[in-house]
Amino acid sequence: MNANEPAETAGDAHIDQAIGAFTGAAAPSPVIEDTRVPILRARRLVKTFGRVVGLDGVSLELYPGEVLAVIGDNGAGKSTLIKCLTGAEIPDEGEIFLDEKPVHFKRPQDARAAGIETVYQNLAVSPALDVAANLFLGREERKKGVLGSVFRVVDQKGMRQKAKDELKALGISTLQDVTVPVENLSGGQRQAVAVARAAAFGSKVVVLDEPTAALGVRESNQVLELIRNLRDRGIPVILISHNMPHVFDVADRIHIQRLGKRAATITPESHSMTDAVAIMTGAARA
Amino acid sequence: MSQHTTEPPTAALDLAEEFLDRTTPLSRIRNTLHRYPAISPAIVLVLSVIVFGLLNERFLNPANLSLITQQVAVVGTLAVAQTLIILTAGIDLSVGAVMVLSSMVIAQTTVQAGLPAVLGLFLGLVVGLGAGALNGFLVTRLKLPPFIVTLGTLNIFVALTLLYSGGATVRGGEMPELLTWTGATFNVLGVNFTVGVVMMLLLYVVIAFILAKTAWGRHVYAVGDDPESARLAGIRVNRVLMSVYLAAGAILAIGAWIQIGRTNAASPNAGVDLNLDSITAVVIGGTSLFGGRGTVWGTLLGALIVGVFRNGLSLAGLDVLWQTFAVGVLIIVAVSVDQWIRKVRK
Repeated sequence: MNANEPAETAGDAHIDQAIGAFTGAAAPSPVIEDTRVPILRARRLVKTFGRVVGLDGVSLELYPGEVLAVIGDNGAGKSTLIKCLTGAEIPDEGEIFLDEKPVHFKRPQDARAAGIETVYQNLAVSPALDVAANLFLGREERKKGVLGSVFRVVDQKGMRQKAKDELKALGISTLQDVTVPVENLSGGQRQAVAVARAAAFGSKVVVLDEPTAALGVRESNQVLELIRNLRDRGIPVILISHNMPHVFDVADRIHIQRLGKRAATITPESHSMTDAVAIMTGAARA
Repeated sequence: MSQHTTEPPTAALDLAEEFLDRTTPLSRIRNTLHRYPAISPAIVLVLSVIVFGLLNERFLNPANLSLITQQVAVVGTLAVAQTLIILTAGIDLSVGAVMVLSSMVIAQTTVQAGLPAVLGLFLGLVVGLGAGALNGFLVTRLKLPPFIVTLGTLNIFVALTLLYSGGATVRGGEMPELLTWTGATFNVLGVNFTVGVVMMLLLYVVIAFILAKTAWGRHVYAVGDDPESARLAGIRVNRVLMSVYLAAGAILAIGAWIQIGRTNAASPNAGVDLNLDSITAVVIGGTSLFGGRGTVWGTLLGALIVGVFRNGLSLAGLDVLWQTFAVGVLIIVAVSVDQWIRKVRK
């Protein structure tokens, strides 16, 4: 791995060009936006699990105000990539920059503290707790004065009000009552709670792992709308998904993982779904 | 692609939502019980008090009611600790053994070693905390199931108690007055209460407050509900679990003090089977054995229900075995109701 590392950047560009040539895209060169400053940038991440290479020098850039989709076949390394970005795994090599400053996440809390919020596939909501309690889970606010400081009483009323405001700001109309236990909600509403929690508290980046995987058509549409709302509020989103229509519907750019490497970064305008699948499965390169 | 982005009109969606949300009277009852799990034990308690009161006029006698509260004091205290642990989806089979060990340490250090009563109580607290720390360590660090951990420590603490005490009971008359103070009675409106009963009730108030009003309380529920979700939400699950086992240990030490006052003695053979009685109270009180659901108030009701049944059946002249039989039926009914309630979705 060390040996071929210097050649990596050049290799990436070469591959991108090759793909551009293959798909016959109008743009002479593939999508490389070096004029903007990425909010989150990963450089040549390497992560191995024993003899299995999960990530083989992957780079990724997330720019302000965009939805970046990460797609790839099973075992392509997209989960590992996301886990490295969100502190759930520590990369063996490579660097991660947030706002151009190097960061080293040792656990998910570190990434969260830095402003990277993740909505996991299993949602990470507590079914028995209500919507407001879930939004504030792990960062409860206490009452002012002695009640809060000495008796550590949480500010239930205040948190419920803030929860309402937050849901309203995100345009989530299906959740009127924040005192309902989450287990009484539909799948889409639970997803909305999880996304709202990620988007609240001034986060810089929201990572969504397969947010529509378990949802029906209508609920998926609501979640996609929610993703657009996030972007419109200026929060960049990384979206991991298997669902090509959803990805092409909502993403501004698409990062394609293949065999532990970044195969390409495309846009829904420059490439079709068929192209993306071809790159993903290796039919369009190599 | 564009057909995917078209938004269905929201009014129609809301309407569809309402149609999906079928509510029958039965499902509404279930929803309510689901939200307030202490309702069903409260109904059972009220009904059983009325029935036993009608069956036997001595049942509602103030002296008899006072007796019930005293009979409930120790198991009720242990059940507070048990509730905390069961809320985290754990179970503690060692509560009775820890309480007995603690009570023997309190008695022996003051009577045999002649330490001041306050110091004896402090050492009893240390024993409770130490036992909680051991259980907590084994559950959080070695990742053993709480059932297995406390099955093991149950035997360890029983053996330690007998080794330490030599199997001898310490009588209350030999102890400093402070130790048996929990058995002292005072009169409120014709009903005698013991200090131990009041201490138990205070424990319920304090723990209920903490569970309902503090972040720690919410985290206890979240950890019991789904530990992985809690971890991903940034809760330090092991720390919460450890604190729960430590809190339980401290409560058990208070239980030891109440036990000494109640029986006017510290006996190495008393109360080891209170582990099952405390679980019974928790379960009848509507707390789910799967964790994350329930209240200490339900547990208090559960402990009172068991006390009322045992007392009422014995006043009705039934054999003690039928009391045990009735408690068995109560447990199965309570868990069935819990299962039914948990089926609620959407």
